[in-house]
Parts: sequence; structure tokens; C-alpha cells
Amino acid sequence: MTAEPVTTEHVTTETTLRSSLLGMVSDWSSDQRSFKSASWGKAMMWIFLVSDTFVFSCFLISYMTVRMSTTVEWPHPSEIFALEIGGKKIPLILIAIMTFDLITSSGTMAMAVNFAYARERRKAAILMLVTAFFGAAFVGMQAFEWTKLIHEGVRPWGNPFGAAQFGSSFFMITGFHGFHVSIGVIFLLIVARAVWRGDYDVGRRGFFTSRKGRYEIVEIMGLYWHFVDLVWVFIFAFFYLW
Amino acid sequence: MTDASVPQNVAPPPAEVPDVDLYHAHSWITKYVFSQDAKVIAIQYAGTAIAVGILALVLSWVIRLQLAFPGAIPFIDANVYYQSVTMHGMIMVVYMLTAIFLGGFGNYLIPLMVGARDMVFPYVNMLSYWVYLIATLVLVSSYFFPGGPTGAGWTLYPPQSILTGTPGHEYGIILMLVSLILFIVGFTMGGLNYVVTVLQARTRGMTLMRMPLTVWGIFSAAVMALLAFPGLFVACLMLLLDRTLGTSFFMPSLVELGERKDYVGGSPILFQHLFWFFGHPEVYIVALPAFGIVSDLISVHARKNIFGYRMMVWAIIAIGVLSMVVWGHHMYISGMDPWFGFFFAVTTLAIAVPTALKVYNWVLTLWHADIHFTTPMLFALGFLVTFVNGGITGLYLGNVIVDVPLSATLFVVAHFHMVMGIAPVLVIFGAIYHWYPKITGRMMDERLGKIHFWITFLGAYAIFFPMHYLGVLGMPRRFYEMGETAFVPASAATLNIVITVIALAVGFAQSIFFYNLFKSLKYGAPAGGNPWRAASLEWQTPETPPGHGNWGKHLPVVYRWPYAYSVPGAPEDYLPQNAPPVRGEHSP
Repeated sequence: MTAEPVTTEHVTTETTLRSSLLGMVSDWSSDQRSFKSASWGKAMMWIFLVSDTFVFSCFLISYMTVRMSTTVEWPHPSEIFALEIGGKKIPLILIAIMTFDLITSSGTMAMAVNFAYARERRKAAILMLVTAFFGAAFVGMQAFEWTKLIHEGVRPWGNPFGAAQFGSSFFMITGFHGFHVSIGVIFLLIVARAVWRGDYDVGRRGFFTSRKGRYEIVEIMGLYWHFVDLVWVFIFAFFYLW
Repeated sequence: MTDASVPQNVAPPPAEVPDVDLYHAHSWITKYVFSQDAKVIAIQYAGTAIAVGILALVLSWVIRLQLAFPGAIPFIDANVYYQSVTMHGMIMVVYMLTAIFLGGFGNYLIPLMVGARDMVFPYVNMLSYWVYLIATLVLVSSYFFPGGPTGAGWTLYPPQSILTGTPGHEYGIILMLVSLILFIVGFTMGGLNYVVTVLQARTRGMTLMRMPLTVWGIFSAAVMALLAFPGLFVACLMLLLDRTLGTSFFMPSLVELGERKDYVGGSPILFQHLFWFFGHPEVYIVALPAFGIVSDLISVHARKNIFGYRMMVWAIIAIGVLSMVVWGHHMYISGMDPWFGFFFAVTTLAIAVPTALKVYNWVLTLWHADIHFTTPMLFALGFLVTFVNGGITGLYLGNVIVDVPLSATLFVVAHFHMVMGIAPVLVIFGAIYHWYPKITGRMMDERLGKIHFWITFLGAYAIFFPMHYLGVLGMPRRFYEMGETAFVPASAATLNIVITVIALAVGFAQSIFFYNLFKSLKYGAPAGGNPWRAASLEWQTPETPPGHGNWGKHLPVVYRWPYAYSVPGAPEDYLPQNAPPVRGEHSP
């Protein structure tokens, strides 16, 4: 009884795989565009993100290399990144909140993209502002975390808890990621303003670029924002949980 | 892909994307200075690259003078020598070759060759050039800071590069690292433009497999650069932190001048891995555009289609992929697990397969062809010889046991100058002679061009060929002076003098080229739109030099590949890519 549907399903997946591969080949060997559904801006953002992935991979691999090659013991993340709340030390509580905050912001960003395409300008702009707020809150919590660690004596060149590379890697990687989030917040505010004013409906030209924008920019912004979130998941896993 | 049921040369499908809304410059400044036109940006890129390349050429004279006449020239002390070696290497590899191939030829040729009006994001493209210019200025400014530029060698290996014994440790190394970071930021903006333009902004009928190999070479190089430069970016940032904040990413505990430094427990080998993860693909970032351009030069000037076009494309892609996994062969003498050495040796030697395939195809294109010995053709042939020469010594050095004794000698200098110095520079010259008529509307002087070629080609051979011999003798590279070295015979010093004299002469002879370049701007013979009777799209523009937007009112429609030479039944011996199909034609 159960054998037959399974086989059919198997066959259908195979044909879709085959047909999608053929579709890919015919797209790539056709004229004008290799990615038929992607605009120039979207293709550019995707390719930039691939390049940026290599940057973050180099950072993380370098961090893992120094962590493994150093002879001094690595500080224990769950003790270092603990907050005292009500007289009790709770490990990784701030990081958990930060991660939750950033992933929530991905949700609001996705909703903003949806509303932007539906031309509901106010809702889209407000959701982008909410996203920017979550991003700014993330950077703020990161600043708090940095301050706390600096007060405890952690410096880029050394710390009282163990290997000197702990502070170096921590400040460099979270700093570089925080920089990405900050850039994202700035651009979110700019795009939110443009959406709110309806710049993309009336075809108002950009101040620097003297070009008209399109609602698609919200989605491209979203791609960047989701990428920054995804990178955080890896930093979270490799730096805080290891 | 090779579906026989699809008829060839039928009218291509309608445009998928509406024609672009071009930015029109209003003033002289937005037209020629802060220009968003890829053609102007290309000339800005190339001009800056050539200017900084001349500086690097002069620095090479400093190196050669010291090697030939140790201590005889008063202003060349050990610091100046090491600073010259470093700046010569870094400028030539990154700021000259990479910038001129991708920023210069890429910007000029990609939109014209694929039938686009401009790069996809002209504004970002403009920013790319200005960030590149700032990066160059930051680098050159290190000459005006106390201590001068860094003398760490172009590889910038820590710990030595940031210790106080190295010249330029005060500001030079910081400026070098900042400049490289800026260069990478600028390049990323340009590189994204090149890649997306090739993938998404081709004209009707311009399939990927109808693009000229020049575009394939530059495109693959841009993709590789986007993946390889992150390694250098991270390495530079971490080294900068080591130097300025005192972090210990790359710095082990060490004692300098009897004083224990604060560094503790870093890994110098990590820097080498990151650096060469960029450094080896960098060789092919320079070589692939040269491969592509040479294919087009040979095909046009031999009036014959390129032999094995498809295989040429796949060879470019194979080289690009393989070159990302061979970086370890620069580190054989840094010490590594023998199995890693084995892996890197195998991948390195495997690159010889697609590369040799390309060389055979170039030679087979020339076989029974109607070869015109024009200046661009001479340079292309010169490239073939020097490239094969440098490639074969690369096979020697790819083997661990051969590399270990030769690695620190002039043999390596001879190898990489042949393969990624002379060979790409010959292509650059050939390409300038070839596309100058399109860029300016006038021909360059052929007679001066040929004199320039023979001096440059024979001179470069006379400079670098003997270096193989010196290297096998055991003459070390990067040494300020040899002192009492028993194993190097006295005759080596004579040979060094000969090399230096030729290097000075060949360097000065480049003024013939520059004289020709500027003289032809005004006095060159008018070229017309297509002086070489070439089939590819950039020669079919309605105006020469191409106007803003390249194509006039309508974008061209492409019916065939760019190598339709000596087509039977065609009215001329070539068919432009945008000419309507001819009866009985079988062009791909």
C-alpha cells in the first residue's frame, strides 16, 4: 500500500531536479540575463554577500586557528559572558537577548518587504523603523557588553582570564559585525524615509546618485539584513557556545 | 546546451529589460572628472595605474643598481633597497596590473563587448575609481612620512614586518595596510559591477558562449578577486591591529634587541595562509584577463576563429577554480605537513593541464592562419613565448623537492617575472596598440610600435633569462649585498652588471611607447570605426570613439560569436557579431 506513493514521489523529485537543472542550463546559455528573475541590484547584492561571506569566514577561521594554536588556556565563555541578575549569575543571558532581538528584526524586515511590494507605504516604513530600532538596540547591547568586559580588564592585547587572543578576536569579530549592523541601520533609516515620503512612487531622484529608486530596494536591503543576522548566528555558535 | 533542434542564427528574442535611464553629465567636471561613464573611468583607472607603474619601474632600477654595483651608489642603503623591493612588488602586482586589467580594460571593454550602454551601477563604478585613487595616494604618501615606506617585502610577513628593525615600521607599514584595505573596498565596488554587467546586462543574442574571450577572462578574474581579496582584507586588518593596538594574532612571544616584546602566542603561519589565499589567485587575476585579451588579438590579427572556443572558456573556469586551492605552494619552506605539500603540489601541477590546453589552442589558431605581423600581434606572440617559458619553470617550482632549494634564489624571481610580470605587461602593450584606435579614433605609429616591441621583448628576455642561471648557482633573492659568498662565482657579478645595464636601457626605451601614445593622439592616422576589421561588438559602435551610452538609439542585436573570420560565402573575410545572418552560415 505505502510502496507506490513513495515511488511516485521519488520519480517526481527526480524529474523536478532534472528539469530544474535543464532550466538552469538554458538560462545560463540564453542571452541577456543569466538569472532570469533577478534584477541588477538584487544580483549585485547576492554576489556582494558571497564576497562578504568569505570575509567573515576568514575572520572566523582565523579566530579558530589562534584559539587552537595558543598554548594559554582559553577563557570560559559561559563564565565571561554571564550577567548577575538578582544576585545570581546567568550565563549568556545578554547574548541570548541580543540574538533574540536580531532574529526578531529579521521578521519585521520580512514583513516590511511584503508591505513595500503591496505599496502600503506607511506600514512598510514603520516596520523598517522597527527593524532599525531592533538593530540599534542590538548595537547598544553590544556596547554594553564591551563596556562590561573592558571594566573587567579585557583588552585587545590581553585579559586577566586567559589567552590574549580572546580579547583580540572578540573585539575584532563582534566589532566588524556591529559595524555591519550599524551600516544596515543607517541605510534602513534612509530607505524608510524614502518609502514614507513616497519617493519611489513619484520617481524622486536620489541626492547623490541622481537616479530614481524602486520599491525593490526594500527587498535588497532585506537581503543584507538577513545576511547580517545569519552571520550573527555563526558568531554566536563559534564564539559564545564553543 | 548543444541542442541540434534549435536553429542557429535566428533572430534573438525580444529585450527582457527595458533600456536603461542613463545619467547625463551636465558639466565638464561631471563629464571628465567625477564621471559615471565606464569609458572615462577606464581611462582614469589606466592612467593612474600606469603613473604608479612608472614609479615602480624606477624603483626596479634602484634594486638593479644595488645588485650590480653594491654600495657604489651613495643614496641606496639597505633601507632604501628593501623599501624599493617592497614598493616595486606591491605596486606592480596590485596597484598596476590588477587595476589596469580590471579597472582599465574591464571598464572599457565589458560594456562595449557585451553590448551594454554602461556598467550596471555607474555611480558605484565612479566611487570605485576614487577609492582606488585614494588608496594609491595613501601608499605613495608613505614616502613623505618619517621612516619612509615599509621595507617588509611585498609579502609583509609578520613578525618581521612590524618589528622595529624593518624600515618604515613607524608609519610605512600602517599606510601600506590602510592603503590595501582601501584598495580592496574600492575594488569590490568595481568588481561587483563587472560581474553583474556580464551576467545580467548583455544585449539580445549575446549568450555567455558568444562573449569574446577577453570578457570571459576579465569576468572570471573579477569573480576570483571577489573571493580572494577577503583573505588579504582580513590579513591586513589583523596585522594592522597587531601593529597599532598590540594584539597578538600573528605575533609570537619574542625578544627584540634584548628586550622582550609584549606579544604573546600568535601564529605567523596564519598570516601566510591568509596572504597566499589571496596571493595565489592574484596571479590568475592578472593572468586570466591577459589570456582572454591574447586570444582576441591572435584571432583578429591571424584572421581566423580561435581554435576550440568552448574549451578555452572551460579552461579559464578550470584555472580559476583550481587556483583557489594551490596557495600552499608558496609556503613549502615555511614548514608544513608532507601530506599538505603533496596536496598542494598535485593541485599546482594540475593547473598545467588547462593552461597547456590554452597554449595549444593559441598555437593551433596560428596554424595555417593569415598572420598579420602588426604590433598587437607581435606583442601577443611575445606573450606566448614568455608565458610558456615562465609556465615551465612554474612546473619546476610546483614540486616540493625542487622548490625547497630554489625558493630563496633568483630562480623564483626569474620565474614569476616571466609568467606574471613580462607576459601580462606585453599583453597590456599589445592591447593598448590594438584598442587605441577605438579609444581615440587614431592609429598608433606602427614603426615606433615595432621598435618598442623588439626592444621590450628581447630586452626583457635578456634581463630575466640569465636570472634562472644565477638562481641555479644559488644566488639568493632579496639580499642587500652578497658579501663573501663562496658558492657564487665572481662571474655572477659581471652578469648582474649586464642585467642592470639592459634593465636601465629597456626601462628608458619605454619612452618610445609614451611618445607614440601622446603623439598619435594628435598626429596619428585617422582610424575609422574598425581598422583591424574585427568581428567583435566593440568595433561596431556607431561612433568612434564611442559616445555616451555607446550604441546610439538602439542596442545592437547579436547573431553569432565574435570569431567569424574567413567565413565562406560572406561578403568580406569577417562577419561582425551584429550583422544579419548570411545564407548557409554555420557560426555558433
